[in-house]
Amino acid sequence: MARVSRAPSTETALPTKHKQLGLSDDEILGIYNKLVLIRAIEERIWALNRQGKVPIAASSQGHEAAQLGSLTAAQKDGSCFLFPYYRDVALKIAVGLEPEQVMRSFMGKVGDPYSGGRQFPFQGADLPHKIIQISNVVSAGVTQATGYALAGKLKHEETVVLCYFGEGGSSQGEVHEAMNFAGVHNLPIVYICENNRYAISVPQNRQMAVGNVADRAESYGFRGVVVDGMDFFASLQATSDAILHARSQGPILLEMKVERFMPHTTDDDDRRYRPSNEVETARQQDPVLTIADYLKVHGILTDEQLDSMRNEAQEKVDEATDSAEAAPPPDASTIHDHLFAS
Amino acid sequence: MAVKSVIEAVREGMFEEMCRDPDVFLLGEDVGPRGGVFLASQGFYEEFGRDRIIDTPLAEASIVGIALGAAYKGMRPIAEIQFSDFIWPAANQLIGEAGRVCYGTNGNLSVPLVVRVPYGGGIRGGLFHSQNVESYFFHTPGLKVVAPSTPFDAKGLLKSAIRDNNPVVFVEHKKTYRMVRGEVPDDDYVLPLGVADVKRAGSGVTVVSYGLMVHYCLEAAEALSGEGVDVEVVDLRTLKPLDVDTILDSVRKTGRVLIVHEDNITGGVGAEVAARIASGAFDYLDAPIGRLCGPDVPTMPFASSLEEAYMPSTESIASELRNLAAY
Repeated sequence: MARVSRAPSTETALPTKHKQLGLSDDEILGIYNKLVLIRAIEERIWALNRQGKVPIAASSQGHEAAQLGSLTAAQKDGSCFLFPYYRDVALKIAVGLEPEQVMRSFMGKVGDPYSGGRQFPFQGADLPHKIIQISNVVSAGVTQATGYALAGKLKHEETVVLCYFGEGGSSQGEVHEAMNFAGVHNLPIVYICENNRYAISVPQNRQMAVGNVADRAESYGFRGVVVDGMDFFASLQATSDAILHARSQGPILLEMKVERFMPHTTDDDDRRYRPSNEVETARQQDPVLTIADYLKVHGILTDEQLDSMRNEAQEKVDEATDSAEAAPPPDASTIHDHLFAS
Repeated sequence: MAVKSVIEAVREGMFEEMCRDPDVFLLGEDVGPRGGVFLASQGFYEEFGRDRIIDTPLAEASIVGIALGAAYKGMRPIAEIQFSDFIWPAANQLIGEAGRVCYGTNGNLSVPLVVRVPYGGGIRGGLFHSQNVESYFFHTPGLKVVAPSTPFDAKGLLKSAIRDNNPVVFVEHKKTYRMVRGEVPDDDYVLPLGVADVKRAGSGVTVVSYGLMVHYCLEAAEALSGEGVDVEVVDLRTLKPLDVDTILDSVRKTGRVLIVHEDNITGGVGAEVAARIASGAFDYLDAPIGRLCGPDVPTMPFASSLEEAYMPSTESIASELRNLAAY
């Protein structure tokens, strides 16, 4: 059975959780500031979709603690390469994109860092931030991430690959093939399954007969760990441990139990298949609220600071939206460019 | 120059590139101590070790997916698909993913990947060991497709494919592996992708082909030379990029053209070649463009009578050429 990883509890932990995990007050505050900005961006994107300005969007709302926790672990490590999936919006912003770059990607404008407006938002590659996600054929990147880890090992590098997918994507045969291969070759890779219990509309009990995706790891000869993905600190801790494990011993599967606050994409209506109070209940664990509470309890954030943080985020989103809207789309004459590399 | 078989040329081409560039490695089913089921990598495991000659689990999607991921990191993987018939589980990784990486990242990422694919029939392989798969990849933007016919071409093109920064589907006709022999230079040489080769010059009729069929076309051309029909044989060598200029130059000279391939006729490479000739050399044509290809059945059946009925032959090619010359 998969192990369960928890962050130290607030009551007994002295010093504070973030300090135990090697984050200063400023660092945790900076991460929260980013989260506030990401939420503002995501809400704006959804609104822009309804205005016909963003053709399609998936949202990471509810997954942010898992994404930012694992990203923080990767950044602190310094030698990780990321193969995220389509719902990793928070992660892809938090690596260091400017809000305007985000908006250009979602609007398909020149300056989209991922594909120059050729692909759905945030698909392609953001190599300066060590990210590749070619497609949104679910889990098609999992074997590729595994190959990247193999190459790192062949080159005797320190690189650890973080490979993300949803529990929906975990049903793909290639995930089995990839993990099997990684197990055989002891590759330095952390598989991160963000389990929100829905593959668009299909609930987990219609996707698999087991309770935890992490339980499958054992059959590939490595460890699977269930993580509370609504808890930033637990996600950070588990990923930090997993990165060290991957580098020294081989693959590991983290299953981050998360909630999906929004429909699958802007094209979905989740009222057709989700109980009416489910999301409302889940939102009580919203990391935007829980981390704020944590910071306030520890005297790191005041209500006034939070207000100004939110206002600042809105201003940034306004500016980014305006400039991205004013930006040109790619010139039609470029349609044949970059079919082949030279 | 030594005389070698196609499989020896393939082996030499890979071997030399692996010696030349430490980023080149081979992965696939049974490529290790077994040396590959066709012995393309015979002796490699002993020479390069198990880090560079990787026996994979029996799972084609991951063979290509893992190779693709390694290519992102600057390696130059050669993925061997044991038989072309087994490539379909990897179709998404090739068609859906590899062919879109450069385009879909706006040129930020390239894929120096070769997928070697033994293909083709006439070897009693039945429905699942005889397929011609090239047209599916020929149709896919972002992939290059190479289909050599001789040892010289196989080695020179394979070396180019390995050095290319794009995904290349390199199809090797199984029947040519040991049947076709020819001179291969001992020194390092490469042949450019995208350049066809006039294997036999002639002025009466052009025949355009690739792979095993080139040899049947050459035999047919010899047979017809005694009848006063002078046949030019154009070997495409690279299906994509397609060397349209060489095709059109030949057709403008002869005014008559037959396209021959083993692959199914509908939607095959020959359909595109015919269309390019129709639009690029229409005024030069003295006869309708001919096509002699595999029929539209799911590749060649196992029984010898049915396999023979499927495959274009020297005789059937000669007969079509005769008709074209007399048109």
